[in-house]
Amino acid sequence: MGLLSDPNRRRALISLLTRLNSPICVVCYMAGVAWFMGLAFEPFTLRTYMSENAMGSTMVEERFPAGERALTTGREFSAHKKKAGGMPVDWLVKTMQARGLEVFTQRFSRKLPFPDENKERYMVKGTNVYGILRAPRAPRTEALVLSAPCTPGDSNNQAVGLLLGLAQYFRNQIYWAKDIIFLVNEHDLIGMQAWLEGYHHTNTTGMDWSPLQGRGGSIQAALSLELSSDVITSMDLVLEGLNGQLPNLDLANLFYAFCQKIGVLCTIQGKLQRNDWDSVSGYSHSVQTMMLMVMKQASGRPWGDHGLFLRYHIEAASIKGINSFRQYKTDVTTIGRLLEGMYRKLNNLLERLHQSYFFYLMPSLSHFVSIGYYMPAFGLLAVILLLRALDLWVQLATPPPRTEDGITDKEQVSSPGVLSVLTPLVISHLTGVALYTLPIQFQEMAVEQFPVSETEAVVLTAIGVYTAGLALPHNTHRLLSGEGTEQGWRVLKLVAVLYLAVLLGCTALINFSLGFILALTLVPVAAFVTPHVPKVLSAFILVILSPACTLLFSVFFFQELQELPVSFQEGWLLYLSVISQGILDHFLYGSLVYPLIALLVYPCWLLFWNILFWK
Amino acid sequence: PSLYLGSISFIIGLSSPGNPKDDFQEELVIRPLHSGDIYASFQFRTVWETDFMRGNKVSHYRLFPKSLGQVISKFSVRELHISFTQGYWRTMQWGQPFQPSPPGAELWVWFQDSVTDVDGTWKELTNVLSGIFCASLNFIDSTNTVQPSASFKPLGIGNETDHRFLRYATLPREIVCTENLTPWKKLLPCGSKAGLAVLLKSEKLFHSSFHSQAVHIRPVCQDWQCKTTSWELRQTLNVVFDLHNSAQGKREWSLFKMFSRTLTEACPLASSSKIYIDITDNPQGEQFEVSPATPLLSQAVVLGDRRTFSVYDLTQQITFGTVRSLNLLIRWKSSEGDMLRPLLHAERYVAGYGLQTGEIHTLMYNNHPYRSFPVLLLDSVPWYLRLYIHTLTVTSKGKDNKPSYIHYQPSKDRLRPHLLEMLVQLPPNSVTEVTVQFERALLKWTEYTPDPNHGFYVGSSVISSLVPSIVAMDTNSTRERPLFSSFFPCKEESSYFVRVYTEPLLVNLPTPDFSMPYNVICLTCTVVAVGYGSLYNLLTRSFQIEEPSPGLAKRIANIIRKMRGVPPL
Repeated sequence: MGLLSDPNRRRALISLLTRLNSPICVVCYMAGVAWFMGLAFEPFTLRTYMSENAMGSTMVEERFPAGERALTTGREFSAHKKKAGGMPVDWLVKTMQARGLEVFTQRFSRKLPFPDENKERYMVKGTNVYGILRAPRAPRTEALVLSAPCTPGDSNNQAVGLLLGLAQYFRNQIYWAKDIIFLVNEHDLIGMQAWLEGYHHTNTTGMDWSPLQGRGGSIQAALSLELSSDVITSMDLVLEGLNGQLPNLDLANLFYAFCQKIGVLCTIQGKLQRNDWDSVSGYSHSVQTMMLMVMKQASGRPWGDHGLFLRYHIEAASIKGINSFRQYKTDVTTIGRLLEGMYRKLNNLLERLHQSYFFYLMPSLSHFVSIGYYMPAFGLLAVILLLRALDLWVQLATPPPRTEDGITDKEQVSSPGVLSVLTPLVISHLTGVALYTLPIQFQEMAVEQFPVSETEAVVLTAIGVYTAGLALPHNTHRLLSGEGTEQGWRVLKLVAVLYLAVLLGCTALINFSLGFILALTLVPVAAFVTPHVPKVLSAFILVILSPACTLLFSVFFFQELQELPVSFQEGWLLYLSVISQGILDHFLYGSLVYPLIALLVYPCWLLFWNILFWK
Repeated sequence: PSLYLGSISFIIGLSSPGNPKDDFQEELVIRPLHSGDIYASFQFRTVWETDFMRGNKVSHYRLFPKSLGQVISKFSVRELHISFTQGYWRTMQWGQPFQPSPPGAELWVWFQDSVTDVDGTWKELTNVLSGIFCASLNFIDSTNTVQPSASFKPLGIGNETDHRFLRYATLPREIVCTENLTPWKKLLPCGSKAGLAVLLKSEKLFHSSFHSQAVHIRPVCQDWQCKTTSWELRQTLNVVFDLHNSAQGKREWSLFKMFSRTLTEACPLASSSKIYIDITDNPQGEQFEVSPATPLLSQAVVLGDRRTFSVYDLTQQITFGTVRSLNLLIRWKSSEGDMLRPLLHAERYVAGYGLQTGEIHTLMYNNHPYRSFPVLLLDSVPWYLRLYIHTLTVTSKGKDNKPSYIHYQPSKDRLRPHLLEMLVQLPPNSVTEVTVQFERALLKWTEYTPDPNHGFYVGSSVISSLVPSIVAMDTNSTRERPLFSSFFPCKEESSYFVRVYTEPLLVNLPTPDFSMPYNVICLTCTVVAVGYGSLYNLLTRSFQIEEPSPGLAKRIANIIRKMRGVPPL
């Protein structure tokens, strides 16, 4: 600070920063990207370790014996499911009661804002069934949840069978200190949302549900089980929840520790861990794993039924059984023992899981990157915006250099009116509001006018509004009195750059992946755009780096990472469905990505678009 | 020496019939529950015709425990009720208990009106009791003590009901274990050497679904004229054994299986020693089978219901049969029943998410088909949940239900808790929901418990009520009784007193990350001191280059040069 209070040195520093502004920005950008790519390099990351004392040092024995019986129960469940054409509520209630649980049901119904074509549902009605195992001599203050979704078709019967088998086995044990809730939820996330809202008596999304009759106090942790075959090759752990929230890292550690102990192959993002970190393929494998996590987290959607628990400060993860063509198979008894071990350790918890990290990325199941390591990557990108802002500020403060003719335009020196900055700001935000509201509002009209389905109508309206926003600069100028000045665009750009910096900073704090991906594309735009660059080329680059195109590339990139490359045609269809899913996620579960993009990021990008076409 | 001993026993033998002022009774009630579980309730009652008050120095104790007698006289206690419970009584599965109690420890005491400094006496009393029962009762202080105005009336004689002399406190976090059971057993005249108390083995008692032990002291009438009072000490122990955990799936219970002991004798000091088995639901033996059979039956109205009991009198040698030991056996025949619908039950939970606000919901169910009845709801909430009392709503059947009496005492930070008492009329066949919003306070960093992320407990709400009895509901009651007796419902049977405790709550408060206090303190201090200070400096001052003022020598030189008319240096 002494440096800045000395006017001479301050001047020198500022002139250095303004003179070398562009090279510094380029270096920062490169460094940011390089830092990020370095995160997946194993020597730079930490090994995972159990932080929670209550789970680390205590030993538990796993004795679950009844895997075969669980499979039989699963088959019975499947038969009753087929017969009932949905959730076999009566059978489940009876079966859970026979296992000594307190059984309750919850009915719920939800009308989606528009039909979900992926899952083919519009008016959703269903019933959740849950049984509570009351811990002996515990006062109903704490609970753990084990859930399995009741999905249509033939999948996931084994999960329900195993859930019931575990319930029966757990019921006969004396050591439980927390109530255990066994939940079978219908309509996957919608049912889970209804149950959680009922349990906590909140209503954030306008769903209809019947109040819950039985509770077990505050839920400490939850696992969601998905299992569709009698034997599996590996267990996959899914962590990404709503709005990119993650459960405490200790939950992942717990899973990993028990997989190691019992000898079950475990994966994250469907990727096995490799030991050859020093080879190129080993490194690219961990980059792939980490990028998959980044993409999933950035999407802001819950990637399993556990995702909705996180909002209620309940540590939760989904565990998926995967059956591939590998030789090595694990039977249901072993999975039961795995879950038993995890629940016994969670039962030992004295406090909520809080010791380990909540913000992390995982390049493999045994390594993690904590917030302290990944934030500099974002910081290096964000500093570009600040440097540009500083540059603009200096340019605005010093009088413009005389032009070659030696004539100084008096009007340009006078500061631009508030209107010339405010008008584009307001108009672009109004466009954002239109992008947020119109797709849902106009779907009925669109369906009547055009030969499209509701879902298509919503998505196409969204794209339409988005594209229409590109015509904005011309309309903005019509509202403005007089020509835009040289000072005018500088002020506007200064405002826009600072706005973007704040926006990305906040986003990155909540959801690093989303913030980083947006920064990766929007920072170059913000850095280079002026009215004096070649129009056509710049416009093309600007469109390519706009949020919508970022999403499109992300779709292709994600498919590539999953090793399921798609053709452009398929990719485009996928893109449309991703947009509709994003809007649905917002209205059904309260995901914030859609409003963030529509109401804040898109208007911010429009400001830069405006600057490019400044007259 | 033998002669000497003999003479002492002779003296005692002489004095005990001549001094029949104290009396000890013991009984055990076993009730097979609907769910297949079994409920065993022990009661030990000592009555002593003595007067601890008015400066009487009572020094000779026989059956009454001396430690408690001294407590009564030293602290001028009129009534004392203390319970230690682990587990939550599941009303929906087990019906009403004989002695309700909340999870954790509960203590309520009526003091004599001669006590001047009630708070001071209460503080001392809790510390003494803490020592007697090996419990953390010393954690009772002004922040968890309340003075209920209506919910806790004296159970003994006396018509003084000024609630200034009442103190009530719960410790929902208290864990009950063997160390609490041992001192409790030592208060019994026979200890755990003889009588029913031999069954109280901790390894079995704590292998159960519910465990509650209590001590109640109160003054009772000596005779029907009630000219003089005696002191009654009731020690109760309730335990529920779980069918699934303990019986290994066999639907069969015996004294040995429950307590790993059988009975061979009554306590020799007891005037009565009995075991009752509730066979009301089992008149023809279709539900379960009890062996050995007993011809003795007894009827009593318990909790508004006429119950029939098989009685085993342990003072009779014939009860023990030829094997000289009694091992009662109950074998279930039918399968588990459904959930019960007790006339009154309640539950409570915290609604909402996030660490800023929340809402406490208390649900009270009146399952009576046609009769409404009033209940008294008592809520004592710690100060760190700041209740927004203006958000208090009471609704039943979707309509606003205005309480006819509300007593609310707001909390004072770090001094006293919120106290909310309400008299609410519960409509028939309805659920009444009481909601109140709260804000979670940010504690000072020394006020957090060692495990702050576990959460903070809020004690059970207490619901006290006179519930219309099942006997009065029974339209077929004329079958067994003469017609003339059954037109007007008589008072004793038309309603009965029930106290229901809700579950305690576990609430998370905003908790700082205590794992790195050093980092946090350093970082914030540095940021504030360096960052803020110098930024403020930079923003508020303008900086200019100033020529340094010349030194003294230079100035003198300049003056000289000026005088000489030469330009200065």
